Amino acid sequence: MSWIENRFEEGLILTSVDWAQNWARAYSIWPLTFGLACCAIEMMATGMSRWDLDRFGWGAYRATPRQADLMIVAGTVTYKMASRLKRLFSQMPEPRWVIAMGACTVGGGPYFKHGYHVVKGVDLIVPVDVYIPGCPPRPEALLEGILRLQDKIRHMSRAKDPVVEANKEALAV
Amino acid sequence: MAAKIAVARANEDGEEADPVMSPEDICAHLQKQFGEAVVEAVPQSAHPHVVVVAAKWSEVARFLRDDPEMGFNLLRCISSVDLLADDKLACVYDLLALSPVSAEELMTVRHAFAVRVCTERNDPHIPSVADLWPAANWHEREAYDLMGVVFDGHPDLRRILCPEDWEGHPLRKDYEFPVEYHGIPGTTEHELYSPRH
Repeated sequence: MSWIENRFEEGLILTSVDWAQNWARAYSIWPLTFGLACCAIEMMATGMSRWDLDRFGWGAYRATPRQADLMIVAGTVTYKMASRLKRLFSQMPEPRWVIAMGACTVGGGPYFKHGYHVVKGVDLIVPVDVYIPGCPPRPEALLEGILRLQDKIRHMSRAKDPVVEANKEALAV
Repeated sequence: MAAKIAVARANEDGEEADPVMSPEDICAHLQKQFGEAVVEAVPQSAHPHVVVVAAKWSEVARFLRDDPEMGFNLLRCISSVDLLADDKLACVYDLLALSPVSAEELMTVRHAFAVRVCTERNDPHIPSVADLWPAANWHEREAYDLMGVVFDGHPDLRRILCPEDWEGHPLRKDYEFPVEYHGIPGTTEHELYSPRH
């Protein structure tokens, strides 16, 4: 914006739509109130006063997927739960993000081999943006995970990505 | 409540106290009462029990609960066992007799015992005891869900943990893991869907 800056009177701020939108989104990620197993306990701890998720603007846990931006899949996903999880995800409005929290959601974890009822990674059901390993991950790890998601949101653009478009063209040929 | 406290007072005086039976007594009693139905008695063990034929199990259960000397009024647990080598399935019923001892402490354990019921592995049928001990209702559903034991006379024999359209009974030793479930791949390792126990 350098060529247009300081050409108007004071008090006028110029920015791009992308920047403003990403800034707003990155600091008001509303997670879905949704926990499946022991990782949910750590997620709750992250929301409490000691780690205080609210200081980043992410603490507004919504009780309905229609108001949520982020699904933190915290805990073991069973086959029985998979259809419910998928439905919750499809009820969330776009843009929506998913964090896979803990070993079970990343890839089946301790149930990988002998858990007949466990989905071997939640990315088999819904697209995952950030993976947080750990069993369970500490609240600091969850904060770090959401910070990485913030990075991802900051790089979103309303315009078409030239690199992606070029790749698409290359693949089409 | 008043009646319970009255019994408790009587117990303190040493009169009318509910009898405490040793595992040997219980075995002897059951063998006298049911004869051939008691296949095996194991009183000298960390887990004293008798083995009862499946056909007679409802009668034995009713006797264990209603006989004043036995008085097994609490079913603690039903464990199902897969005896793959013998081609059998077994259910182990852990029973407890509780009775009031004093006004302060209303319930104490008089004696504990277990009953083992065996059945055929490819056609497992055991009479339900859900009408005698309500706790058996969900325990039997669990044993049906995970081990495939069919409890005849159960009021609502459905799967309790697995989804309703699940195939097979997962805790059986020869269970094969699902390759996929509703489009979700079940294993990520090639040809490894039957781990060895």
